[in-house]
Amino acid sequence: MTKRAKKVMIFKRFERFWHWAQAALIMVLLFSGFEIHGSYRILGFEDAVTLHRAMAWSLVTLWVFAIFWHLTTGEWKQYIPTLKKVDAMVKYYLLGIFIRAPHPFRQTMLRKHNPLQRLAYLFMWVVISPIIWATGWAYLFYAQWADWGLDQYLKLEDVAFFHAVGAFMMLTFLIAHLYLITTGKTVWAHMRAMITGWEEIDPNAKES
Amino acid sequence: MKIPGSTIFHICRISLLFVLLSGSAYATTTADHTKFKQLQVHFNSGPDVTRTCIKCHTEAAKQIHKTKHWTWEFLNPQNKQRLGKKNIVNNFCITPKSNFDHCATCHVGYGWRDDTFDFSSEVNVDCLVCHDTTGDYLKSGDNAGHPKSTVDLAYIAQNVGKTSRDTCGACHFYGGGGNGVKHGDMDDSLAVPDRDLDVHMDAVGPDFTCSTCHKSIEHDVAGSRYMPDAKHTDDYHVHRRDYDEENNAHCRACHGNKPHKKADKSRLNHHANKIACQTCHIPEMSRGGIPTRMTWDWSTAGQLNEDGEPIERKVDGNLVYSSKRGTITYAENINPEYIWFNGKVRYQLLTEKVRYNDDGYVLVNEFEGSPYDGESRIWPVKVFRGVQPYDPVNQTLVVPHTTGSDKASYWKNFDWQKAVAAGMKSAGLPFSGEVDFVKTQMSWLINHMVTPGEGAVGCNECHSKNGRLKDIDGIYIPGRDADKTLDAYGWLIASMTLVGVILHGIGRIISYYWSKRK
Repeated sequence: MTKRAKKVMIFKRFERFWHWAQAALIMVLLFSGFEIHGSYRILGFEDAVTLHRAMAWSLVTLWVFAIFWHLTTGEWKQYIPTLKKVDAMVKYYLLGIFIRAPHPFRQTMLRKHNPLQRLAYLFMWVVISPIIWATGWAYLFYAQWADWGLDQYLKLEDVAFFHAVGAFMMLTFLIAHLYLITTGKTVWAHMRAMITGWEEIDPNAKES
Repeated sequence: MKIPGSTIFHICRISLLFVLLSGSAYATTTADHTKFKQLQVHFNSGPDVTRTCIKCHTEAAKQIHKTKHWTWEFLNPQNKQRLGKKNIVNNFCITPKSNFDHCATCHVGYGWRDDTFDFSSEVNVDCLVCHDTTGDYLKSGDNAGHPKSTVDLAYIAQNVGKTSRDTCGACHFYGGGGNGVKHGDMDDSLAVPDRDLDVHMDAVGPDFTCSTCHKSIEHDVAGSRYMPDAKHTDDYHVHRRDYDEENNAHCRACHGNKPHKKADKSRLNHHANKIACQTCHIPEMSRGGIPTRMTWDWSTAGQLNEDGEPIERKVDGNLVYSSKRGTITYAENINPEYIWFNGKVRYQLLTEKVRYNDDGYVLVNEFEGSPYDGESRIWPVKVFRGVQPYDPVNQTLVVPHTTGSDKASYWKNFDWQKAVAAGMKSAGLPFSGEVDFVKTQMSWLINHMVTPGEGAVGCNECHSKNGRLKDIDGIYIPGRDADKTLDAYGWLIASMTLVGVILHGIGRIISYYWSKRK
């Protein structure tokens, strides 16, 4: 017997706010950051720096709230990695998606991310973000290096290099992430879920 | 006749200035020289006046005797080079040697014609050239610094006062033989500058004179072109009133090391570790409407007209060719060049063999500096390039006797061999008898015509590819420098990801329609 599709609240209000604010900030940071990097000239260096700094501090503030929220709600567990069914996910994206095979992962409140997502987001949290934050803070406080005795350990050139490494990773992540939005049950399903919080769960999908 | 608004404004400014000056002249002095009986006489000569001055100002001439303004000599304690106007060569008028009748017009003395000049003579000191307040004191152009015969010396003497932009400018605005010729940051637009031209000297604002910064002690004026103070010194903040005997004519003497007070500008203070104030706060050279000379080619001099007479060609009032001088080019409102500089300057002396740089120029003065020596900062310079006579056999620069009307004078006879032979003889230097020409380059620090903060060079002008500092090595400038390998891989990976997801998307679309068709 086929059950009717069921709607489940996957993304709570704060989580959605956090996601979209962060998305906007990251996009503006990438845009202004690559201008500071010298990749193009649109705003001019000075305005790009002003914007980048303002966005960076906004993101810091947002993260303070986000970290608090993740800790107090236990949502941080969503990022605990699992290798279970990663192969099935890869196979799905490489093949199954083209032949309209069922999605191997069943979303629930307790597991809102598929195994590949978990890995990707974990990579974001433990690799990309630390690189960007560490180098970003150093960059922000370049003028204080001498006072803090950091100038003998750090070179602006290296800090800028690794900050840009982080930025390229983030850009690549963003491109993939934006595309993967469209790989839900319908093209707009994931997007709708992220906006409204409701995801349609197919109760017939089997979990192996 | 329609008078443009800016002209009326300018006239108002000048009128206001005169009102202020006439009001303040009497307010700041306790001695009205017009009332001095000793000055109400007829003076026959400059020395005549000085004889009277030093009766009261007993130490003045002795003090002058110790200064560069008098000796035209400076011994660089760092490298023991004997410098000063008397000893060095430049690539403008080349050297006063053998040309003192003419060149000593800018000497603070009377009668320097040759080596016989008595430097110990107190009456030979020219007090008036610096202390005139009337603007009517003029030295003759070719009489070894003596005043013109038309000058009413008693009137000048009765109206002496503090030095002013006009008195200093009478020589320093005209270095190199004309208004604005030499420096690129000094010309007679600084006599009555507005705020935009010079924020400190603004005639209706702070109204600084030269001596506000170039403060003198016992007539010795602070500031040196031979040994400039170029580095950034930590925790060094001398207020001008706590006089630093070495050299007080620098920005931090008043502004300290952290002059940018607004929170959003504090990052600029950090720039001062590597960048001289002047680099940002003097955005262009020759901003006052008077062009400065950029090149001077003496090798083309000597072309005469059909009647065998010297010629002059001018463009916009500027001499671009003259038989006496050769070919000259000008520029105004132009960006300086930027160099690492630690304050050490080495000159190409007349007694040394010429040294060439990589571009084939002889560096008349060489500014030492490096991003790695911990002492240098980035400074703006005017780089003046010329072609001038040298001795190809002895491999030295030479002294040409240019001025005067004797039979060796170049300006009279247009014969380089004769002129150089006479010049070198006068200087007591060996000369092979052959004259050829060599490319020379000379650098001048840009220090004046300081713009208000809002007119300073913006971030974008250096933080960009091909910006003002494009040739400065040894530092990482965000916006200019980025690791090319990283960029190549970074963009490759990002674009491959983009292509990958697009292809994946296309695959899905195709498979979607394929499955529907079935």
